[in-house]
Amino acid sequence: MAVDTADQPTQAQTPRRPTRLTRGGKELIYRHSIAVRLTHWVNVLCFFVLLMSGMQIFNAHPMLHWGIKGAETDPSILSIYAEEQLDGPPIGWTQIGSAKFNTTGWLGVFRDRDGFPSGRAFHWRVTLPSYQSLAEGRRWHFFFAWLFAINGLIYLIHSFVARHVQRDLTPTRADLRNIGRSILDHLKLKHPRGEEAKRYNVLQKLTYLIVAFVLLPLMILTGLTMSPGVVSAAHFLLDIFGGRQSARTIHFIVASLLVLFVLVHVIEVLLAGVFNEMRSMITGWFAVRPDKSEGNKP
Amino acid sequence: MKRELITRRAALLGTLGASGLVLSGCDQLGQNRTFARMLEAAEKLSLGGQRLVLNSSAPLAREYAKSDISRVFKANGTTRPDTDVYKRLQMAGFADWRLQIDGLVNKPLSLSLDELRAMPSRTQITRHDCVEGWSAIGEWTGVPLGYLLMQAQPKPTAKYLLFRCADNLGGTRDETGLYYETIDLVDAYHPQTIMAYAMNGQTLPVDHGAPLRLRVERQLGYKMAKYVMRIEAVDDFSKIALGKGGFWEDRGYEWYAGI
Repeated sequence: MAVDTADQPTQAQTPRRPTRLTRGGKELIYRHSIAVRLTHWVNVLCFFVLLMSGMQIFNAHPMLHWGIKGAETDPSILSIYAEEQLDGPPIGWTQIGSAKFNTTGWLGVFRDRDGFPSGRAFHWRVTLPSYQSLAEGRRWHFFFAWLFAINGLIYLIHSFVARHVQRDLTPTRADLRNIGRSILDHLKLKHPRGEEAKRYNVLQKLTYLIVAFVLLPLMILTGLTMSPGVVSAAHFLLDIFGGRQSARTIHFIVASLLVLFVLVHVIEVLLAGVFNEMRSMITGWFAVRPDKSEGNKP
Repeated sequence: MKRELITRRAALLGTLGASGLVLSGCDQLGQNRTFARMLEAAEKLSLGGQRLVLNSSAPLAREYAKSDISRVFKANGTTRPDTDVYKRLQMAGFADWRLQIDGLVNKPLSLSLDELRAMPSRTQITRHDCVEGWSAIGEWTGVPLGYLLMQAQPKPTAKYLLFRCADNLGGTRDETGLYYETIDLVDAYHPQTIMAYAMNGQTLPVDHGAPLRLRVERQLGYKMAKYVMRIEAVDDFSKIALGKGGFWEDRGYEWYAGI
């Protein structure tokens, strides 16, 4: 449907979705289906719990390795650790490759709840639970991993069956041709109005596709690759990711990319109008800012 | 425009403040019994899900090449058991040590190290995954547990094997500090589940569990009890120590450590 009209002027698009008007005269469109809204918020919950309990689990072995094996005495590509000092408080170091940074106060060493220096990798304010407990961190992580996987499966099935992917997320040829302009618009923090605001822009489409179909599935697959039970039945997972420790490292890198995505996503929501964006993800209804060139319609 | 900015700032500050509340709320939530039990329910899903696959085809954990063996294999947990029983056995080079196999079996066994070494053996180079996140590769030689069970003949009521160990990792005066583990019969009969007496071609060193340790290759390291003294076939482990089926399980870790 979107492809058919892609090369036409935007005015020619006839949105099939229900619309109504706000009291201020703005056009309201029904943007997000109930399935998208529900899975979105369950995902938000899962994201934060998995991220924070994941950092708790990381703290139990605050190093990343590459390959089939890796422990304290093996080479690491990332390591966060505390160095005790003879005189004075310990120093927190973060080593990435061959570079080493003093991250005291943030990573490696920070003040615990009672103000004493504590030698852990991630700060207690961002781990779940806040105190050190690998056992409890794992309980949180695996419960919400199941919820996340089931929720994701519902989203994926719904998105194909209801043609959300084909209709809203797949970039059209015109989209891809105008990708340069979209990048410029983003850099200028310019948000679309009128007809263009009724659909996702090309960068949005590509980002959502990458997150939903590449990054999130990668989190599940690399997570499964760390399970000795699962990989005994699925050796190919070890081969795909280059071993259990590589899978653990990729799990960490992809999680970091997701944090980056969430940051940009939230900033864009704030810039585009937090009330309207939140309303659309809660009720489904999204107000389209009128196109300046169209003039003020009654 | 100005009004909007204030709203955004308020929203941001509100979010930050709320996240602080949420964080301390989560700690309390995690310690709430009902909620903790809900979180623990995920273990049943993981066990059920994995067993769907693992039961039917009994796949083997990957085995590696000699060149993959870790130069340093970290010994975790107890590395020098200091119970009197163990120290006495160690002084005598484990000449007086015997493995007891009893409980719900038709033929209880008592085996010396030499008797174990004379039995059919399996050597495997496998990856040891610690619950902390690291992995090391080592070569293990030992008697398949399934072979020992064929001799001892578990009764139909036997559901688990209970491994009693010589080390007191908890450091307590009563037996709740003694290391122990339980596995079910699915893992017990798996061909890679062995009672290992050698590591990397040498006699099993003390820090890795001499004279005999369990290897359950499809689970995490804490399941692989070291310093094993006795294997008991049981139908239930809820009355043993703190009732969760293992030393670390009693301290909050999952009984099923295949994940």
